[in-house]
Amino acid sequence: MGKTKERQVTTMVEQSQRIEPSPSQLLDWYRQMTLIRQFELRCAQSYQQQKIGGFCHLYIGQEAVAVGSLAAARPSDYIITAYRDHGHAIARGTDIYPLFAELYGKSTGCSHGKGGSMHFFDRERNFFGGHAIVGAHIPLATGLGWAIKYRRQESVVFCYFGDGAMNQGAFHEALNLAGLFKLPIVFLAENNCYGMGTHVQRASAVTDLKLRTGDAYGIPGKDVDGMDCPAMYRMSQAAAEYCRGGNGSIFLEVKTYRYRGHSMSDPQKYRTKEELAQYQRYDPIGRLEKQLKDQGLLDEKKIDALHQAIHKQVEEAHHRAEQDPDPELDDVWRDIYANPFGPYRS
Amino acid sequence: MYGAIFMRIPLDRTGRDSLQDDYVLRRMFMPMMQFREALNQAMCEEMQRDADVFLIGEEVAEYDGAYKVSQGMLAKFGPTRVVDTPISECGFAGLGIGAAMAGLRPIVEFMTFSFSLVGFDQIVNNAPKIRHMSGGQFKIPIVFRGISGPGQQLAATHSWTIDALLTHVPGLKVVVPSTPHDAKGLLKTAIRDDDPVFFLENEAMYGNRGEVPEQEYVLPLGRADIKRAGTDCTVVAWGHGCLTALAAAERLNQLHGLAVEVVDLRSLRPLDEESIIQSVRKTGYCVTVEEGYPTCGVGAEIAARVQEKCLDDLDNAVLRVASLDVPMPYSKPLLNHVVPGVERVAEAIKQAVYFRV
Repeated sequence: MGKTKERQVTTMVEQSQRIEPSPSQLLDWYRQMTLIRQFELRCAQSYQQQKIGGFCHLYIGQEAVAVGSLAAARPSDYIITAYRDHGHAIARGTDIYPLFAELYGKSTGCSHGKGGSMHFFDRERNFFGGHAIVGAHIPLATGLGWAIKYRRQESVVFCYFGDGAMNQGAFHEALNLAGLFKLPIVFLAENNCYGMGTHVQRASAVTDLKLRTGDAYGIPGKDVDGMDCPAMYRMSQAAAEYCRGGNGSIFLEVKTYRYRGHSMSDPQKYRTKEELAQYQRYDPIGRLEKQLKDQGLLDEKKIDALHQAIHKQVEEAHHRAEQDPDPELDDVWRDIYANPFGPYRS
Repeated sequence: MYGAIFMRIPLDRTGRDSLQDDYVLRRMFMPMMQFREALNQAMCEEMQRDADVFLIGEEVAEYDGAYKVSQGMLAKFGPTRVVDTPISECGFAGLGIGAAMAGLRPIVEFMTFSFSLVGFDQIVNNAPKIRHMSGGQFKIPIVFRGISGPGQQLAATHSWTIDALLTHVPGLKVVVPSTPHDAKGLLKTAIRDDDPVFFLENEAMYGNRGEVPEQEYVLPLGRADIKRAGTDCTVVAWGHGCLTALAAAERLNQLHGLAVEVVDLRSLRPLDEESIIQSVRKTGYCVTVEEGYPTCGVGAEIAARVQEKCLDDLDNAVLRVASLDVPMPYSKPLLNHVVPGVERVAEAIKQAVYFRV
C-alpha cells in the first residue's frame, strides 16, 4: 500500500477520534440495540415453537456493529449484508412488524414471505438484502458502488460479511474490482471468530484480517472494537467520509462475538462457556448502559420504562404478524419476472 | 464450421397476423450485414438511446472484443461505458447484477459461456432470484451475452452449449438467435427488458451475413419464427442448430421433395409453445435439433410438451437430434461425429416421417 494512502488512513483515524456522538444519539443507539436484542430473543422463542422455518441466525452480541456503523450511513447510502441480517434491517429503520411477518412466511413480510430470515430487503431504505450464499453478495456491492460512481453520486456502499466469507473466491474477486475501479465501498468484516463452527484460526492462513486487503488490493484495512457502539460509529463515519472523498474503498475488521450458535440448531461444541462469558463481560448494550448512567442520561427507572416499551413493541409486532393470513397459493407465480411477457419500453 | 453456414436465410413464413409487422419489415430495403455487426449495432443504438446502458467484460474495450463484436465501441462511448475487466467472471458478473439492482442496465459479455461457469453462482442465484426473494422489490435489467456452443476444437471444458443449463432456471430468460436480423432485433429487446436475459451467440456464426433493416426495429422475446414453411414434418431448432436444420430441410426437399417446416424458437425461455404445437398439428411429425446434450436437454422438454399437448396429432414419436452424450473431444473427426450435422438431422427427419426411398 502506498505512502499517500497510509497517510490518508492515519488522518482518517485521527479524525474519527474527534467525532463525539451527542447524548440523543447515544440514547437512540441504546434503544436500537435493545430493540434488536429483544427482537432476536422473541425470534429464538418463536423458532423453538416452530413458528419460524428455515435457518435463523441471531445477531445477539453483535448489535453494536450494525447500530454504530449504520448511524454513520445517510439515507442515500446503499446497505448490503449477509444472512445474519436482522440487526442491519432494524438499525436501518425497517419496522419490526414486516420483519416478523417475513419470518412467519406471510405476504405482509418485508420480502412478501419469499425470502425468510436470511433475505430481508427494504428497497425504500436502500437496504439491498439479506444474502445467504456466503460471500456471493460482495460482488453485488461492487455493482452498487459502480452505479454510484457511474452516476457521480456522493453515496457510499456499506457491505457487511463475516470472517468466513473472506476465504471465498467471490470476496477476492470483488475486492480486486473495488480496488481497481476505486469504488466507494466500506467493507465491514464482522469477525465474530467463527465461520459456523470453525474458528478463524482454523480457516484463514492470515488471521489478522485487517492486513489482508491493503497490499493485495490497495484497500487499506483498520480494525475496530465491534462491542463498542460509539467506536463503531466513529470509525464508520470516518471510513464513509474517506470513500465519499473519492479515495476508493476501505476495509474494516470489526472485532465482535455472537453469543448464540451459528444458527438455531447449533449445539456449540466448538467453544467453551468460559470463552462466551469472557466476551459477555464486554456486552455492547451493558457497556453503553454504564456510560449513559455515568453521564447521568439514564437511571434504573428510565431503563425499566424503556425495556417495557420495547417489550410491548416487540410483542405487538410479533402478535400482529402472527395473526396475518398465510399468502395465497397463487403468490408463487408473482415476483419472478418484471416483464413476464415482454418488456417493452419503446 | 460444420458445413452448414448459410449466406441467406429463406424468407418463407406462415401468415400469422401477429407477425405482420415483421413481415412488412422483411420486404423493406435491407443491407447485408455480418452477425457481429448486427450485435454491435444493437448495442450502440441502445447505448445512444439510454445513458444507463453500458458494456462490461473481458477485452471488450481496448482489444475491441475477443471476437470483435464490440469493435469501435470504446472510441464511440469512452471507458466509463465500455469497460474492460480483469479475468474475473464471478466478480464482474456480480458487479453487473449489483449495478442492475441500483437501476443501471449492464450488458455483460462473457468471452464464452464456458467461462461463465466460474461465476455460475452469480448467474443462477443472484441474477434470477433476488427479485423473487425480495418480494419483487428489485428488478435486474441485465443482459449476459457471449458464445455458447461447441467450439472449434477447443476440447471439453471450452465447448459448452449452455442452453439447457440456463433454461432450467426460473427467473432467467434465454435468447438464441440464428440470423443477423433476429440477433439485432432481439438484443435490443433484451437490453430494454427488465429481467436478466442470457443472449447466446455462436462463434461460427459471427461472420454470417444476412439482411438487416436500416430502420429501427425490435423483436419480441418468446415468439418463434417459421424460418421455412412446410407440411411434411416440423423441425424445432434455434441458434446454430437452426442453420443445420434449414440445410437439412433444403437437402430433403431437393433430393426427395419433402416439405419440412423449420420452427426457429429464437428464445427458449419464454418458450413459444403455441407455435410448436400449431406446426405439429399441421405436419403430424416432430424432430428437435440442438447442439447441447440429449439428457435433460431442451429437446427433451419440447418432446414432453408436444406429447402432453397434441399426442393425438402425432403420427410418430418426437425424435431428438443432439450432440452425442459425451464430453466434446478435441480431434476434428471426433468432434464432427459428436455434434449433429446436416446428415444426422436429415436422417432423423426421414426416420420420423417413415420415409422410404
